Amino acid sequence: MEREHAVAFTLNGERVACRPAARTHLGDLLRAEFGLTGVHLGCEHGVCGACTILVDGRATRSCLMLAVQANGTVVETIEGLTERGAVADLQDAFHVRNALQCGYCTPGMLVTAAELLAEEAAPGREAIRAAIGGNYCRCTGYHAIVDAIAAVAEGRAAREGGGA
Amino acid sequence: MKAPEVAYACPSTLDEALTLLSRHGDEARPLAGGQSLVTALNMRLAAPALLVDLNRIPDLAGITRRDGVVRVGAMTRHRDLGASDLVRDHLPLVAAAVPHIAHPAIRNRGTLGGSVALGDPAAELPACCLALGATMVLRGQGGERRVPADAFFLGLYATAIAPAEILVAIEFPLPEPGAVWGFQELARRHGDYALAGLAATARRRERGLDAVRLVFFGVGDRPVLARGASAALAGAGIRAAQAALDADIDPPDDVAVKGRTRRHLARVLLGRVAGGMLEGAP
Repeated sequence: MEREHAVAFTLNGERVACRPAARTHLGDLLRAEFGLTGVHLGCEHGVCGACTILVDGRATRSCLMLAVQANGTVVETIEGLTERGAVADLQDAFHVRNALQCGYCTPGMLVTAAELLAEEAAPGREAIRAAIGGNYCRCTGYHAIVDAIAAVAEGRAAREGGGA
Repeated sequence: MKAPEVAYACPSTLDEALTLLSRHGDEARPLAGGQSLVTALNMRLAAPALLVDLNRIPDLAGITRRDGVVRVGAMTRHRDLGASDLVRDHLPLVAAAVPHIAHPAIRNRGTLGGSVALGDPAAELPACCLALGATMVLRGQGGERRVPADAFFLGLYATAIAPAEILVAIEFPLPEPGAVWGFQELARRHGDYALAGLAATARRRERGLDAVRLVFFGVGDRPVLARGASAALAGAGIRAAQAALDADIDPPDDVAVKGRTRRHLARVLLGRVAGGMLEGAP
């Protein structure tokens, strides 16, 4: 049985190919092979949420998916989301509200928040808390993060409402 | 930590997967959503020689209604289970349980079959399967066999799945008229494994309930159908059921809480869930 496998997928909008070992998880591949160090590895067992990325548009723990399983998928990391401006308002709101201190959890928080707001235009604070419940922050105490996400939800609703 | 060396195969048919499992025996592990298995690999709690990835096999995922059952493919992800109209309409117990499973990113990838095949005693979906009287559909090279949930969960992470068999689907009977249900769990934080949880089904009569199935999770080495408490709830009400529960479960002490605390929490859950079912509003 092969221990390495040819893999091709779309990474932040570009087609890429590589040959990871089966044991390598996707987070390690993205960091080591592609230099995407915004994928923060915290616990490497699915608990902390810092390594969360989008796979086929769904928030995914990159430490709980094997790199070989990325074959044929569309992967987006915080770098890709940042470049195409998909989380610009969230990043601004995190900055304004001081919703980070050390920043280690921030990429995972932003990806999780991006998925939440894509699915639910006006989540309440409880829904925001439930959504980020799988993302550990050991600095801020979460209130500022919830504030920032809630502010973006209101901002997006106001913009869409104003444009209608 | 990092996973140990392992080989990987990504079969495109169920037969191919069964052949690989049969050829490699105990050394091979099927890989479903990976939200527990990849964790175990990373922590080196599991070290199979070969992973047989089930994610690219067509027809293992999906939810259909036919012949009096809702059939859920084993590779159906928690997120899709929770979003399904068929599940919402016919298996509201399952729909209520899904949001309690870990967190959104885990639900995006974790599967019903993976959860049931792992048999974690604190997991929500095995308890729901037992409460709803589901049937597990297993496939091996010799063909298909069907195991009722009552005979499926055998112990800590132990199920009736034989070596080189794959859980391919779970069939839930459509609820009968008058069916009621309840689901609650107590965890320190949302998304944590429950300190104690209860998935319950029953049939509402003019006075009280019958066909009661109270299934507790997080209180033993597998999901526990509390037979004494279920019978007492049907015959004599909530207080009698709570008293009978003491003989049904025997939660051990562990690092999280004492067994007697879990026993207390289970009684609390019984009161809340049974109260809801008696009112007809889960």
